[in-house]
Amino acid sequence: MPSSAESVPGSAEPVPASAERPRERPRRVTVDREGPLLVEGPVEVVCDDGSVAVSDRFTVAICTCRRSRTYPWCDTSHRRRTRPDTANAPGPGTEDTEDTEDTEDKKNAGVTSTPRQTKEEPPS
Amino acid sequence: MTTVRAEPSPHRGPGAASDVPESRRRSPELPAPRGELSGAVIDSLRHGGGPLPQSAPEHADAYGDDLQLALYVLYELHYQGFAGVDEDREWDPELLVLRRSLEQRFLMALRADATGPESAEEAIAGLLTEPVGYDGTSVSHHLQRDGELWQVREYAALRSLYHLKEADPHAWVIPRLHGRAKAAMVAVEFDEFGAGRPEDIHARLFADLMADLGLDTSYGHHLDAAPAEALVVVNLMSLFGLHRALRGALVGHFAAVEITSSPGSRRLAAALRRVGAGPAAQRFYDEHVEADAVHEQVVRRDVVGGLLAAEPALDADIAFGVHATGFVEDRLAAHILDAWRAGRSALTAPAA
Repeated sequence: MPSSAESVPGSAEPVPASAERPRERPRRVTVDREGPLLVEGPVEVVCDDGSVAVSDRFTVAICTCRRSRTYPWCDTSHRRRTRPDTANAPGPGTEDTEDTEDTEDKKNAGVTSTPRQTKEEPPS
Repeated sequence: MTTVRAEPSPHRGPGAASDVPESRRRSPELPAPRGELSGAVIDSLRHGGGPLPQSAPEHADAYGDDLQLALYVLYELHYQGFAGVDEDREWDPELLVLRRSLEQRFLMALRADATGPESAEEAIAGLLTEPVGYDGTSVSHHLQRDGELWQVREYAALRSLYHLKEADPHAWVIPRLHGRAKAAMVAVEFDEFGAGRPEDIHARLFADLMADLGLDTSYGHHLDAAPAEALVVVNLMSLFGLHRALRGALVGHFAAVEITSSPGSRRLAAALRRVGAGPAAQRFYDEHVEADAVHEQVVRRDVVGGLLAAEPALDADIAFGVHATGFVEDRLAAHILDAWRAGRSALTAPAA
């Protein structure tokens, strides 16, 4: 009589896992060198301090730049920075000296002077 | 959507719905007219018919109170209607003839004024940077640093014109998309509409925010107090949403909103905390920081990318949608900040 961990005398024959639950398609993870990791939800993310972040959103954006204030979730802090006063001025961007709210970001983000447009948007 | 860090879900479970009444249970009253065009439309709706101009007069300002309110009221027939107005008026040919004329004036003005790079990629690239430090032209920067409670309340009242029907005008584009663009658009809209949970519908979260700020949450309540610049912002979405020919512009508009929303929402959440607003008020913007960081990626990659792959000829229209959104939002921001810096209300009537 064959013996294995899965086959216990008196019990039913082992069934493959695929027969016990619906076969799931692979979870898609989308990578982008300049943005967050996109993972199909729901997810649990175990952080290095042992805390667990849970989201049941259809897709989550996981921060890879480490600048997010809502880590592990992306909050778009990876974006390049521009100085509003020089946004339309010619010439290269200069080192900013007047940051009030984004002190941590400016240490890491490349500051450029590319033009920007919309100032204000409603959430959608 | 539920997002927690090793703690119980902060969102209300079934049976624990907020006490804020559903804002769209009733249709609003017709607003007060602001000129001959809006007066004719409102009179016709109130009295079940009557003489209507067939087109906008030459002197009508495309962005002015009168034309924009007339257009707003005509568009509202497609959303929630008005108390005492026959629902069939939505497809009244005479109203549609006038609407067409007003739309053409509005669209011509936008095409002339909202210009920029004519490729979607370049238009969107212009949005993917954030200012370092304080941006004196941004309402969210102002509110975060210097905003007072009355200003936060005014801002919420102004934005309620859209947020109480948040994501509705964008749903009209769904039957005009297919494949990758459609699947992605529907996924984002599903999130906007609470992912199957009525208490999480973003319009609902906004009603909760308004209640936290002591504002009337009934749909359409703040229309009479809204300046033309605020009507323009909402009419833009309705214009793009209702016309299949403008599906590219609608997608460009949606991309612009989703891309710029996340950082703005972070500042507004901070502003609400600073002025001592309640947890529901903060939750609306906290949710948008995270949700729109995801939506931005999905919209850029699959909605815009999918539409461009399917219909490359829409490239310039998508770009136009991005530019038009920036143009109307900048006008609204300038109106609000000019008023506040002069110590005036940005509304035409007190927020209540």
